[in-house]
Amino acid sequence: MLKQLEGSQAVAEAVAFCRPEVVCAYPITPQTHIVEGVGALVKAGTLENCEYINVESEFAALSVAIGASAAGARAYTATASQGLLFMAEAVYNAAGLGLPIVMTIGNRAIGAPINIWNDHTDSMSMKDSGWIQLFAENNQEAVDLHIQAFRLAEELSCPVMVCMDGFILTHAYERIDVPAQEEVDAFLPPFEPVQVLDPVEPYSIGAMVGPDAFTEVRYLAHDKQLQALRLIPEIAEVFKDVFGRESGGLLHPYRTEDAETVVIALGSVNGTIKEVIDQMRDDGAAIGSLSICSFRPFPYQAIAAALAGAKRVVVIEKSLAPGHGGMVASDVRMALGQKDIPVYTAIAGLGGRPITAASLMEVFTAAAEDRLPDMQFLDLDYAAVEHEIARARATRRSGPTAENVLRQLSPRHPAAKI
Amino acid sequence: MTEPTTRQRIRFYQTGTHTVGNRLLDETKRTVQASMARANAITSGHRACQGCGEALGARYALDSVMRATDGQMVAINATGCLEVFTTPYPETSWQIPWLHSLFGNAPAVATGVAAALRVKGRDGVRVIAQGGDGGTTDIGFGCLSGMFERNDDVLYICYDNEGYMNTGVQRSSATPPTARTATTPALGEQPGNVFGTGKNLPLIAMAHNIPYVATASVADLHDLEAKVSKAMSFRGARYIHIMVPCPLGWGSAADATIRIARMAVESGFFPLFEAEYGEITASNKIRRRVPVSEYLKLQRRFAHLFKKGPDGEEDTEGLDRLQKMADANIARFNLLDDGIAQGTS
Amino acid sequence: MDQPLPFAVTLDPGSSLANQTGTWRTERPRYLDRLPPCNDACPAGENIQQWLYHAEEGDYFTAWQKLMEDNPLPGVMGRVCYHPCEDACNRAQLDEAVGIHAVERFLGRQAWKNGWTPAFAAEPSGKRVLVVGAGPSGLAAAYHLTRLGHAVTIREAGPMAGGMMRFGIPKYRLPREVLDYEIQRILDMGVTLELNSKVEDIEAAFRNEGFDAIFVAVGAHLAKRIDIPANAAAGILDAVSLLRDMETGAEPPQLGRRVIVYGGGNTAMDVARTAKRLGVDEPMIVYRRSREEMPAHDFEAAEAEEEGVMIHWLRTIKQIDATTFTVEKMEIDASGRPQPTGAFETLEADTLILALGQDADTAFLERVEGVELAGDGTVSVNGQMMTGREGLFAGGDMVPSERTVTVAVGHGKKAARHIDAWLRGESYEKPEKHEIAAFDRLNTWYYDDAPQTVQPALDLVRRQSGFEEVQRGLTDDNALFEARRCLSCGNCFECDNCYGICPDNAVEKLGPGNGFEFKYDYCKGCGMCAAECPSGAIKMEPEDI
Repeated sequence: MLKQLEGSQAVAEAVAFCRPEVVCAYPITPQTHIVEGVGALVKAGTLENCEYINVESEFAALSVAIGASAAGARAYTATASQGLLFMAEAVYNAAGLGLPIVMTIGNRAIGAPINIWNDHTDSMSMKDSGWIQLFAENNQEAVDLHIQAFRLAEELSCPVMVCMDGFILTHAYERIDVPAQEEVDAFLPPFEPVQVLDPVEPYSIGAMVGPDAFTEVRYLAHDKQLQALRLIPEIAEVFKDVFGRESGGLLHPYRTEDAETVVIALGSVNGTIKEVIDQMRDDGAAIGSLSICSFRPFPYQAIAAALAGAKRVVVIEKSLAPGHGGMVASDVRMALGQKDIPVYTAIAGLGGRPITAASLMEVFTAAAEDRLPDMQFLDLDYAAVEHEIARARATRRSGPTAENVLRQLSPRHPAAKI
Repeated sequence: MTEPTTRQRIRFYQTGTHTVGNRLLDETKRTVQASMARANAITSGHRACQGCGEALGARYALDSVMRATDGQMVAINATGCLEVFTTPYPETSWQIPWLHSLFGNAPAVATGVAAALRVKGRDGVRVIAQGGDGGTTDIGFGCLSGMFERNDDVLYICYDNEGYMNTGVQRSSATPPTARTATTPALGEQPGNVFGTGKNLPLIAMAHNIPYVATASVADLHDLEAKVSKAMSFRGARYIHIMVPCPLGWGSAADATIRIARMAVESGFFPLFEAEYGEITASNKIRRRVPVSEYLKLQRRFAHLFKKGPDGEEDTEGLDRLQKMADANIARFNLLDDGIAQGTS
Repeated sequence: MDQPLPFAVTLDPGSSLANQTGTWRTERPRYLDRLPPCNDACPAGENIQQWLYHAEEGDYFTAWQKLMEDNPLPGVMGRVCYHPCEDACNRAQLDEAVGIHAVERFLGRQAWKNGWTPAFAAEPSGKRVLVVGAGPSGLAAAYHLTRLGHAVTIREAGPMAGGMMRFGIPKYRLPREVLDYEIQRILDMGVTLELNSKVEDIEAAFRNEGFDAIFVAVGAHLAKRIDIPANAAAGILDAVSLLRDMETGAEPPQLGRRVIVYGGGNTAMDVARTAKRLGVDEPMIVYRRSREEMPAHDFEAAEAEEEGVMIHWLRTIKQIDATTFTVEKMEIDASGRPQPTGAFETLEADTLILALGQDADTAFLERVEGVELAGDGTVSVNGQMMTGREGLFAGGDMVPSERTVTVAVGHGKKAARHIDAWLRGESYEKPEKHEIAAFDRLNTWYYDDAPQTVQPALDLVRRQSGFEEVQRGLTDDNALFEARRCLSCGNCFECDNCYGICPDNAVEKLGPGNGFEFKYDYCKGCGMCAAECPSGAIKMEPEDI
């Protein structure tokens, strides 16, 4: 059924259709509307047989989910940014224990400086935690990925993060095809865990493992991700059969046929990218894009295949690994293997800075002419940073960097006063 | 002799009134630990040090829960000695369903388990969470307080050995003043842990107005079992704080574990009491009172309190202050007055 | 680990049993029986702790049978024994000694009430033993020899069996029906008793009657005399004769209004109290030393005083003039001996009763070759209680030892064992004594103090001297209570402490009556079981490394 809905509300409804049995709620912008939405459905009696627990922190939120999942309940929570970092220890733990928890990340930057707006730094910080990370391109996909995520998690016994861009998706009202409960029930069988905490079978779960078996345990975690590479497209196929639309899968290629320049990105920015590509195609440029839906596991082969005819790649990165660059670009380079083509990195949209079509067009055009630096920051205020670098060189001064930068930025950037 | 609990003093049965068992008593009135059919929640082969108080306290408590729930229980364990010495791969000493997640989240994990059981219609299976004092009073404190205020149906048991023993004996907020630990060495003006620090978790638990809070000791099995059974008669959040001496961390003889725990109680240093919905309902009376020095001198972590100066002079300030703490407990928890009925039976 | 479980993070219940932590051990615990101080102190060799163990359970029959293995006369002993067991009792250091004698007496009455007979099963040996003298020693020997399968004949010179139990101990301390009952029970086991049958010729008994062994236990009945200058002396009697006359029903002697008993032993106390019962207004005891040195038990002196006996300590009788007795005050010197002070005073009395001890009448043994007699008439015996004459054994008051009923009964048992061994051509080896379960071996925390509410009942028990039949014995309730005060020193009483407090579950409980076993595969040797064993029945020993 088509509805005009806020992304968070749509996700809340989708999650409710998945019949989670334990939902843990802790507020953090921009995911808050999601757990509020689920809570309202529980309170109203729409979502039955669900324990909705207001916890005291994100660390507790995921810990409660861990307990619930270990005891055989379908468990769900959502978080973002600092919240994800605060639960970091439990994030790794849930994966280590192989608990099929589904968690929404309303992607947001990480402070300091504190910033509530969107980028991908939070999810990237947990990319190696053992969770599957699926990035939604739009709110329809966010809804669909949640439904797929529960099935994927439970088939693999592995937790799944569904990442959706904060504000851009979570707070955007769009027309969404909201599935029917029967459709979801047909797609998602009840949770049947491989083992649960049960007096009938009193196993010890979460034992201490030493050097004698730790490597094997880690290998199996890796292998689980590799299995997911096979399962994710399969589940997307089944999903298509049941719901009649394409959603999920490993990648979404867009006009990559005969494309010499291929743009790669995660999440909602792909919408803008596609618009720019359409314009450039209209102008005759051989350009296409790849939206990576499954960032973990990283679909190396699928990407290599999609890039088989490409002459260059531009990665639009919504996070920065300081001192390293772009993490997606790194992975893409690895996917290319022996294929020696330029991989340009554009760090963009940090802390919610708009990624405009004009800026993208500029970058893609420059890339097509191979006059891009290996890495650049989209729309960077070079004057400000250069001034600060020069000042720091002249007057050595320790202290909060952000304060210094703000002082420099404020006369010319009224928005920085916020 | 109609009282069902083993805490009932066995009057006229001087033969082993306070012993684990008593062959003259009806089987049902003996302690769980006296039973050949006890659950042995932790079985042999674990790697706890010789004379470990925590291994003992955990078996006492969990076997008691096993009896109270007829085996329908699961346990959540915080990281710590108890977790490490019971479950080094590929062996576990647990014979109950047991889950370890992290150091600081055992109460929250337990909340999740309880929620799952409830939603699955299996709330006949009861949930226990347990941890050491570090996992309880420090790193797990936030989750514990959250579990308390939500009144989740969990019995949390803290095995208090007054420090981070697993990591090599560091100070926790349960370490008593003057105690030497690796992070409070017996050096300087105020050797050992300083006065005026630390927190009293049972009292904090009481401030949450949860149904039941109690302190217990491995030196008084009858009392401990009665309190655990009583805790299991409530629904909602419950807290039991059990003192478990640590020969390694306290510098005591392996065979002195129970004696030390006994001295802690009999000196008033570790008061045994219970509370319901925020109000103290009973305290255990001291049977043979001893000065706090009797308790302290059995432990090398307090050895500096007994050291004489270069000219043989004694500085008893530390001892005096610790004695005052014990005296304050005695007054506060009414440990000598026989006016209040003992126990809850 | 072939479970289809998540690998490594999930483990099978109890799988740590594969890890045998016993290898950590440097000391190993061992269960042992230490010798309870009561048993150690008992002259009759009773296993008091053991029979109390059964009594604690209310199983008086088994308790009595255990008791009867060592002592055929519980009813007598519970009354007349001076209970050195209670002096040794560890419980005295906690509150007060267990009233062992009172429980023993109670068991004696249970046996009488229920007609219990001692259980024994011995093959008849075909050997015949003659016992000379039907006192406690002779009766005990006859009893034990019968239990061992030998045919026993007792020959008693007097008209009644019982010896000093009858002729030396007043009725008020030992009712005769109790004595008669317990003697009869021995005779009912098949012992032949011949009264008024004085044995004069030991060799003839061997030679002509074919006895395989002879045990003589004729006691010590000859009152010791003393020379006191006397002018027209008042009546002078000896204590033993007086007590004997009381028993044989002879006309009670006219003692007068005032009587002096001379001596400080138990017999002196008995005879002074008997005199009081015979109507004497002022029974007095004159004794040359002080209360501290007297051989009588303090409680006997106290009871005598309570009954109105005046005891003049530190006095010796120097002269008797009609009814006036001149006594000299004495002083105890540094070595504990009384020394005259030269100060005199006088006492008035109608009769003097000498209670200065007795000698054994062993003249009939002088003719037996090899038998050695001492100046006081006592007979020398070796460690097997055998005299210098092969096959001739002796015991009781006639051999050098403390002269009490309990010692005599102990002699009877000991002699019976040696006679039995000798008859079989063997030698009886006494099992080595276990180390004593001294008070510091116990962990008394686990025993409750007697609660205040039962203190009156306890006091009653305390007052049960066992010597005053005016006071009734223990009731069922307080007998059980008293038995349960036993600390079971040195012996496991299945309190489950070791089983319960082992942090390594390394103690196996074998079930009621079967005790416990250490699981050395897992025992780390922490020693907590030994430290927390209430009764000191566990010992830590270095591990052979």
